[in-house]
Amino acid sequence: MDAIILQILNGLDKGSAYALIALGLTLIFGTLGVVNFAHGALFMIGAFCAVTLSRILTLSHEVIDETKTDFLGNPLKVDVPYIYDIFGQATGDVIIDWAVPISILFAIPVMVGIGFAMERGLIKHFYKRPHADQILVTFGLAIVLQEIIKYFYGANPIPTPAPDAFRGSFDFGAMLGFDPNTIIYPYWRLVYFAFAAVIIGAVFAFLQFTTFGMVVRAGMADRETVGLLGINIDKRFTIMFGIAAAVAGLAGVMYTPINSPNYHMGMDFLVLSFVVVVVGGMGSLSGAVLAGFLLGILESFASMAIVLETLPGINQIIIYLVAIIILLTRPRGLMGRKGVMEE
Amino acid sequence: MSNMKLTRRGLIKTGAVAGATGLALPTYLRADGHAGFLNAPQGSTVTLGFNVPQSGPYADEGADELRAYELAVEHLNGEGDGGMMNTFTSKALQGNGILGKKVEYVTGDTQTKSDAARASAKSMIEKDGAIMITGGSSSGVAVAVQALCQEAGVIFMAGLTHSNDTTGKDKRANGFRHFFNSYMSGAALAPVLQAAYGSDRKAYHLTADYNWGYTTEEAVRTSTEAMGWETVNTVLTPLTQTDFSSYIAPVLQSGADVLVLNHYGGNMVNSLTNAVQFGLRDKQVNGKNFEIVVPLYSRLMAKGAGANVKGIFGSTNWHWSLQDEGSKAFVKSFGTKYGFPPSQAAHTCYVQALLYADAVERAGTFNPCGVVEALEGFEFDGMGNGPTLYRAEDHQCFKDVLVVKGKEEPTSEFDLLEIVEVTPVEQVTYAPDHPQFAGGSLGTCNPGA
Amino acid sequence: MGLNKKDFTLLLIVAILCLFAPFILNPFPEGSALAQFNAGYPDLMQRLVIFGIFAIGFNILFGLTGYLSFGHAAFLGVGSYAAIWMMKLLTMNVIPAIVVSVLVAGVFSLLVGWISLRRSGIYFSILTLAFAQMSYSLAYSVLTPITGGETGLQPKVDDPRILDRVLEISTSQRANLFGLDMNTSHVVRLGDWAFTFNAGYYLAAIVMLVAFYISIRIFRSPFGMMLRAVKSNQQRLNYTGLNSKPYTLAAFVISGMYAGLAGGLLVAMDTQVGAERMFWTASGEVVLMTILGGAGTLIGPVLGAGFIKYMENIVSKINKSILEQWFAFMPDGIEDLLITLVYPFIGKGWHLTLGILFMLVVIFLPGGLVEGGQRVGRLFKRKKPADDKPDGKTTPAE
Repeated sequence: MDAIILQILNGLDKGSAYALIALGLTLIFGTLGVVNFAHGALFMIGAFCAVTLSRILTLSHEVIDETKTDFLGNPLKVDVPYIYDIFGQATGDVIIDWAVPISILFAIPVMVGIGFAMERGLIKHFYKRPHADQILVTFGLAIVLQEIIKYFYGANPIPTPAPDAFRGSFDFGAMLGFDPNTIIYPYWRLVYFAFAAVIIGAVFAFLQFTTFGMVVRAGMADRETVGLLGINIDKRFTIMFGIAAAVAGLAGVMYTPINSPNYHMGMDFLVLSFVVVVVGGMGSLSGAVLAGFLLGILESFASMAIVLETLPGINQIIIYLVAIIILLTRPRGLMGRKGVMEE
Repeated sequence: MSNMKLTRRGLIKTGAVAGATGLALPTYLRADGHAGFLNAPQGSTVTLGFNVPQSGPYADEGADELRAYELAVEHLNGEGDGGMMNTFTSKALQGNGILGKKVEYVTGDTQTKSDAARASAKSMIEKDGAIMITGGSSSGVAVAVQALCQEAGVIFMAGLTHSNDTTGKDKRANGFRHFFNSYMSGAALAPVLQAAYGSDRKAYHLTADYNWGYTTEEAVRTSTEAMGWETVNTVLTPLTQTDFSSYIAPVLQSGADVLVLNHYGGNMVNSLTNAVQFGLRDKQVNGKNFEIVVPLYSRLMAKGAGANVKGIFGSTNWHWSLQDEGSKAFVKSFGTKYGFPPSQAAHTCYVQALLYADAVERAGTFNPCGVVEALEGFEFDGMGNGPTLYRAEDHQCFKDVLVVKGKEEPTSEFDLLEIVEVTPVEQVTYAPDHPQFAGGSLGTCNPGA
Repeated sequence: MGLNKKDFTLLLIVAILCLFAPFILNPFPEGSALAQFNAGYPDLMQRLVIFGIFAIGFNILFGLTGYLSFGHAAFLGVGSYAAIWMMKLLTMNVIPAIVVSVLVAGVFSLLVGWISLRRSGIYFSILTLAFAQMSYSLAYSVLTPITGGETGLQPKVDDPRILDRVLEISTSQRANLFGLDMNTSHVVRLGDWAFTFNAGYYLAAIVMLVAFYISIRIFRSPFGMMLRAVKSNQQRLNYTGLNSKPYTLAAFVISGMYAGLAGGLLVAMDTQVGAERMFWTASGEVVLMTILGGAGTLIGPVLGAGFIKYMENIVSKINKSILEQWFAFMPDGIEDLLITLVYPFIGKGWHLTLGILFMLVVIFLPGGLVEGGQRVGRLFKRKKPADDKPDGKTTPAE
């Protein structure tokens, strides 16, 4: 029982990353009708916003410490962050410690800007082109973006820890009356789950309860008619692209303490998030979120030792197996609409 | 005008195999009458092929390997301060290239994929006339390229490859490995773990689900069980896994008090980060502190895991803080040239290049069969790791193995590991027919022409 | 041969290109600074034609029916594994290996196609992707006893090779065609130039010509017409009372067999298989090749395959010291500047160059490289308005 609760927790957490990326993908597809293979790259760039900010915060000048020597026997050069000079060491340390949450503020404008630039500069010209061309050009863009990041940050993962306050784990088991240490969960992962829930809720509320969202939804349903009504739907769709980019970016920022970011983390998520979107049903926002959590939970169950003993290797294929079963039983995924991306 | 000249490249091989060929084809020797082997150096230069990962997750490791090779080429050609050539016990190398020929090199990208690595190595052999291929950062690539070099008839000096298979079931006469292996990691780690954590421990293994993971798990399990540890569970994790939470969360429930992470590269960075995140290291199980072990460490990966490596035991082939003369000389010339200390991958690649050059000098020929003979059973010192033997039976180097621990108070971004013990070579030596290495044969050396 | 004049010319051009590839791909003298760009060595020439076959086959499915499979690398991989097992168990002769690889890939694609073709559009793509990723993951891990896992499979000294032993042919572990070693090469030297003629390459090239010929016949046949009808409007086709499924399934299996053939040939030329061959990026690569070259055209996929393999093998090998040689004649300051500017795009940066070129081709040449060729062709034609017929080489099949 406790093992199952534990894996549901894990699954919700994994699922929140899948759901956030899939949500952005679906937003772009639903509004602009573009299959964006560069979406994983946006997630990765978001993560590197956090890396960049912590680099900026720890921007240092060298002070020579005569008492110590470096590996060649020369006096050791110690890096002292400028932020120490400005705020003093104690405050400086706190700011550096909180680099990841602070990066959210930094990442939103950056990601929205990148989203606008992408849409206006490139994707706009591909609305009328076949989906295959869209896939190819955004895939090319994804390669270019990740190679640029690799050029500046290297291929190695870069550790980006969570603030001290969120390190360690929380004992759920004790709270629910199980033995201590049976159900523990890291604080930061709880934060991630809550964060994802807030973002997903905010996107839905925005589309559901604002005039802007209503127009966008109308545009998704019938772009031409909305255009004929004299509404500049293109401009709104561009803004939606910016929002989708920001959602992917924020998912990336908050993900950095969970796994050290590297330049190819976007590609690692890309295929998976496409499977999530398709299983959810093309063009359905709630389908994407639902499929994200469902696949996250199933993936967690498949990794249990007892399951692996009976079905060796099931953890390798579970996501794809589930995708096949769902697509064969439900032709358009969980909540897909007829006629979307079926040619 | 048409000056037909038949050549060296890819011609059917003589010797061991040609005798029985059904439709025997004529064998052409090189027109200038040089000894019959593939890519015999012409003119005043010799070309070596450095095949390292330049794209993909191990690109940084590959970059460090390439730096080491460039340094080795400098030293072989008599430029720079000579590095380990001054401390190497064999004095055959003169600093005038190899056999008086200036060393040149070509580079390629393995992408850490066996197909790409072979394509790149083949282009070096076929197009650039490379006489030796070296480098690489995974066992899959090492085994694939080693098999290719055997088939083509050039020498392969393996880079970073830790799986038992490279000099076990997949060993080849033309291939040599300086790096240590899974068995050695297990044998070196077990006594240190026993001293630190006691002999009454319950271990939980998370193992990367591919060959290297299997051999490492087996090696660590056998040697820890031999000293009294119990293995509670072993769980295989997919190579493509990035989030290990669902594998780590159940560890505490299992009653285990040690977690062994048989992971390398990105897998290791992520699984270790996740394990620390779950607070495993703050827990008490069975009245003991919960501990984590990482059998194979590399400094670059330790850097990726950041503060999470603090206090965690593992093994490594070499570390720049070693104080023997050879290591000091290498660290000095590498550090002076590039501004930071070399990684273990850099060390192994540098040493491999020098060992190859030295073997050619001693053999007096570039002929791969001569080189194989010169390297087999070769004993040397002064290259770090103390006295070393290139064993004739499986072409594996036997030398001291380092047990290291993540440093609590690092003074720089390179100072992440501290040496806990230098395990003497006797302790990690095994019989050539050890069951963990069973099922392969070297075959005979292939000179390619 | 059952071809019209235009197609025959096209086939003839491809045949001539294949025959003289060792010359065409080695335009620069050995030892010159530009020799770096020579591609006329056996391994790359073999890969160019083999991936050409792979792309031609993919194009039969995607170019004609519009079904975008994202899992074709699985068939290539399965074919490769079948071929290497033939070599380990039966004989190092490449014929059984190649034949069996085609058959096994055919059976596997029949299974995958039969299931995946129940859906269309992106749902079909994801189904094929799922099958391919499962094949890759399992081959890399739990199927290690059959596939060799991470370290792959290579022929070994102690493999049974029953046929070779019984017939006492050879104990060699090299792939051969009735004793003709696939690695056999002859180098012809003309002045500073060196041209390599390799047995394996010519075998692969002949197979590719046959594959290309069959693909032309399919494109021009009533069956090909039916497939195009599927692409333009499947619903209408169904309303006319025709069941399109057998046609699409046949196309899927044929293209799967082409992939298997490519896989078998890869093993015949270079006796090794690794599971990475089935990873989704490998499936993506053939999609890129086809679209980049020009989907639905006869020659496009071959051009696309050549373009990508050339980039991968040539640009990745340029390193800093080679750059220094190239620019050595420049004044120091400019030399350093040029090296700094070019360096990010070569060697380890070859992915970046590839990505940029992809984008440029897709943005400016929607029809792929074939359209580029057409535009250049038209540029010349404009000078001679009398001859307004499009030439055979660059006409899309649609």
